Amino acid sequence: MVEYRIDRRGGVATYLQIVQQTKQALRMGLLEPGDRLPTAREVVEATAINPNTVLKAYRELEREGLVEARRGLGTFVRATLGTAPADSPLRGELDAWARRARAEGLDREDVAALFTAVLTQHFEGDDEA
Amino acid sequence: MSTTTEGIALRADHLGMKYGGRRGGWALRECAFALPAGRICALVGPNGAGKSTLLALAAGLMRPTEGTLTGPGRDDLAYVAQSKPLHPRLTVADTLRMGRELNPGRWDEAGALRVVEGGGFSSDTLVHHLSGGQRTRVALALALGKRAELLLLDEPMADLDPLARHQLMGLLMSDAAERGTTVVMSSHILTELEGACDHLMLLAGGRVRLDGAVDDLLAAHTLLRGPVADLAPHTVIDSRTTGRQLTALVRREGPVEGAWETTEPSLEELLLAHLRNPEGAAA
Repeated sequence: MVEYRIDRRGGVATYLQIVQQTKQALRMGLLEPGDRLPTAREVVEATAINPNTVLKAYRELEREGLVEARRGLGTFVRATLGTAPADSPLRGELDAWARRARAEGLDREDVAALFTAVLTQHFEGDDEA
Repeated sequence: MSTTTEGIALRADHLGMKYGGRRGGWALRECAFALPAGRICALVGPNGAGKSTLLALAAGLMRPTEGTLTGPGRDDLAYVAQSKPLHPRLTVADTLRMGRELNPGRWDEAGALRVVEGGGFSSDTLVHHLSGGQRTRVALALALGKRAELLLLDEPMADLDPLARHQLMGLLMSDAAERGTTVVMSSHILTELEGACDHLMLLAGGRVRLDGAVDDLLAAHTLLRGPVADLAPHTVIDSRTTGRQLTALVRREGPVEGAWETTEPSLEELLLAHLRNPEGAAA
């Protein structure tokens, strides 16, 4: 089960944080088709946010075809995202690359900037929520 | 028995409240609003704005001087006053038993116990010996145990440490998620309520300055930064000029055109702008 962390100072809308964290969990293989998302009640009790915010996030995930609401049962994962679960070769390569970057003296921000630049180069114009 | 219109939890029409007879001042004047059922409403405003008066009127503790305030009857609402009045000579367990006996057939014992848990006191403690934050817990336990349609909470978080605040706000939100409870809670510290509330009512000088769904209010306003220029036709809520740069918060009339950098304000920016400009454009 996924657990959401809400950052109130980050400037990212709360419902978007839930959408993004759910997608991240899907990408990492922490959530798989058939898994149940926490109920709105469970999320708000843990995070003290408004229940409608959770429902809004779940509707957005449903609209994108990633989850489905089953009446009286909860919201369930329908699809996976990406092809890079935690133990994939792609992740392994990135892991090795990050290790090399660090060994060559790049700090966290240098690496992040480099990674973002490459991301932008390859995914420019793609729609990403 | 609810006397409200379908879908509206609390409605005010020409509501006014004056204290102290003929020479007293108006605590509330010409207030009109309709709060949809199921909303979590933050009632904000400076000290003396009329927040406590509005909550006490909604709770039926006083009668308005003029106009009407329509909401659920006494059996269907729960009110927690700022002073958290409880009987000092009762133990916590006795206080909850009183809640059970006063609310036959609807009392939620498990719900009430979840609120007092984590308060660091045993149920045989006398209310008299509780700290301010602990009393708040017991008062909130009574309110939540009642399974009311409408919860009226006057400064509910003021006495609580950050951990207790988070836990109790979580329980309130969980109750709202499960039963669709309407909640009105006042505070003069907005950050206590941000994230939990989906509706905002700003009182200033006894009048409703801003009232609506948080998303709608934010979407209707724009924060502008750019060259100094006339902002018409938009309504300027607050503006500042630094050298050649103008920063302004406006309520939009149509799209914003011009060489301005525009962003949607945060709830805090919106409130501060309205508070800084008390004489300005009312909602």
